[in-house]
Amino acid sequence: MSKVAIEVKDVSKEYRLGVFGTGMLSTDIKRWWYKIRGKEDPFRLVTAENDRTKASESEFVWALRDINFSVKQGEVLGIIGRNGAGKSTLLKVLSQVTPPSTGSIKARGRIASLLEVGTGMHPELTGRENIFLNGSILGMNKAEIASKLDEIVEFSGCAKYIDTPLKRYSSGMKVRLGFAVAAFLEPEILIVDEVLAVGDAEFQKKAIGKMKDVSKGEGRTVLFVSHNMGSIRALCDRGLVMEQGKLAFDGPVDEAVKAYLSQANAEEVDLHLREDRVGRGDFRFKSIRFLNAEGEACSEVLSGQAITMQVQYELKKALDPKKLIFTVNICDVYEQMVLSFISDEMGFVASELVDGGMLELHIPALNLRGGSYSIRLFSAHGSTGADDLQDVIEQAATLDVHPSDFWGSGKTTRPMYSALCAGEMKHKNT
Amino acid sequence: MSEKTQEHWDIVIEPSQSWRDNFDWKQIRKYRDLMWLLVKRDVVAVYKQTILGPVWFFIQPIFTMAVYILVFGLIADLGTDNVPMPLFYLSGVILWGYFSTMLTTTGSTFITNQALFSKVYFPRVIVPLSLLYSNGLKFLIQFILFLAVFIFYALKGQVSLGTHWYLLPLSVILMAFQGLAGGLIVSALATRYRDVNFLVKFGVDLLRYATPIVYPMSLLFADGSNETLRYIIMANPMTGVLDAFKVAAFDQSFVQPYFWETLLYSTGVTLLMLIIGIASFHKVEKKFIDTV
Repeated sequence: MSKVAIEVKDVSKEYRLGVFGTGMLSTDIKRWWYKIRGKEDPFRLVTAENDRTKASESEFVWALRDINFSVKQGEVLGIIGRNGAGKSTLLKVLSQVTPPSTGSIKARGRIASLLEVGTGMHPELTGRENIFLNGSILGMNKAEIASKLDEIVEFSGCAKYIDTPLKRYSSGMKVRLGFAVAAFLEPEILIVDEVLAVGDAEFQKKAIGKMKDVSKGEGRTVLFVSHNMGSIRALCDRGLVMEQGKLAFDGPVDEAVKAYLSQANAEEVDLHLREDRVGRGDFRFKSIRFLNAEGEACSEVLSGQAITMQVQYELKKALDPKKLIFTVNICDVYEQMVLSFISDEMGFVASELVDGGMLELHIPALNLRGGSYSIRLFSAHGSTGADDLQDVIEQAATLDVHPSDFWGSGKTTRPMYSALCAGEMKHKNT
Repeated sequence: MSEKTQEHWDIVIEPSQSWRDNFDWKQIRKYRDLMWLLVKRDVVAVYKQTILGPVWFFIQPIFTMAVYILVFGLIADLGTDNVPMPLFYLSGVILWGYFSTMLTTTGSTFITNQALFSKVYFPRVIVPLSLLYSNGLKFLIQFILFLAVFIFYALKGQVSLGTHWYLLPLSVILMAFQGLAGGLIVSALATRYRDVNFLVKFGVDLLRYATPIVYPMSLLFADGSNETLRYIIMANPMTGVLDAFKVAAFDQSFVQPYFWETLLYSTGVTLLMLIIGIASFHKVEKKFIDTV
């Protein structure tokens, strides 16, 4: 059995909320006065759970709460969670940037953390000088950097500009140079925040490839945080899901991704308050929600999986169900339609129309490339002419689709806005 | 998993304790390459894309000296204890320059390096140490200028080296460490109270006049001089250091009656400040990222 590389035990991290600056000296003196008399700190209220959406009574908040896990040597651990779930705080604690409030972390070997690309680089220095500076900030010594200098320069693809000051570099080149330095770090434990999300597609591929080499080939322990489910699935064996500062799930990466996608924020979208609608309004959309394959409410889905959209409506006037045309369009960010489902074309006729009723669209396999899509709801009575429109809402809801390996080729589809369908390529000799 | 193989850990991260937990000297040694690269960055990067480049190291003290000669030497006529005016003022300017830049740059360590410190771990004290060396290098260059002027006047027979010349390196070291120690204390305080930085910025300019830079020590001991004022100036730990430098460098200097006592006092204060500085810096370095 392989050795444990990192052991995280009961780690919590507390932060103070709000503006604290004014009148701090007096607060400090009071706290100190209470402390020397052995009394409880009067400014420390019972701490609240880290829920960003609710206003907190307490001045303190737990960014991390009782985190326990251990990572084996050579394991690649993906950490996922929503914004504010505590991922970055966890990484900061692990990389010794900030201490935990309670608990302990033990590790074997050097830890190098890559929370940002090109940390500490100086614009006036040349690329070469910056490689040394950045490398040593990340914990390498001069001799190590010198021995890898050629490789670093080659990997960055900036050989031509290596003696040019960094300020003349394009932002892409800066990122390349920064990542190149980090790629040649040789720590036993590597902690990586979402740095792969930078640079162009070609460089991202190179970076992910390098990350794979580091973890799979060289047997190093990697902790990797990302919002990109595709790269998490491609790189990691195991996944941790964080939710409101707590560990919500710990297990195989595919299950972790599933757990993440079915996490909260999946309440139905209320359409009552939407004023920007078109149509007569006898038939009006009330709300929309998405259900995943397991029938749980969700707002994100993995490409290729089943999804059900449930749309509730209200009725001001009795309408003929046979004449109702109900349409769901899935659009990209530029509001270009990618998919459309139109009831009369599909031969669907509602059996009846009642106030507060619900229409449902089931898609057995949602084959879209990864991205944030918007849902456009459309209804008309009789024809789709301008006079017969009942209710049209642009961007009624957003649906985040995470890319997957659609073709079964081992490669995640590129992030573009488009639908996918089966196909095959061949080479023919004529 | 057997318990035996689990015993050894290279890194243990725990909630920050008090300043009593050990100051990790080994870590500092491990990061010495980084320290030298930071020194190089500070020295090289500052004057890039300037026409005069490192010449600025000379221009600053020369112009300050010229102004001092004009204002304090010629107009106010405060006297220089028979030391040629350029030498007298230059010695004060370069020594004070080392002290004040150490104090202000070290003092804002956490604030200027906030972005860096929030992303990467390394012993934070590397930064003040690198400042000690990079500012030391600047001082060295300026000292060469001082030496050139000294030789010029020595050849003319207007100045000669003091009998206590061996105090020269000591006074420079004391000066540097006093700036470093003060800066460490300031940096620790500034993470919570930004006011300290404002205070230091103009305070150091005012403190200059409580130190015998623009006037000679003899002025304080002249007949009819204000005794309270004398003690205030003597209480300034910088006074002993500057006085020592001048007495060591110029044979003509006036040796005040409490010369050795003042120097001893300055040394003691420096050591005390250094202990407080390291302790407070160490206390703050782990947690500052949450409070800054």
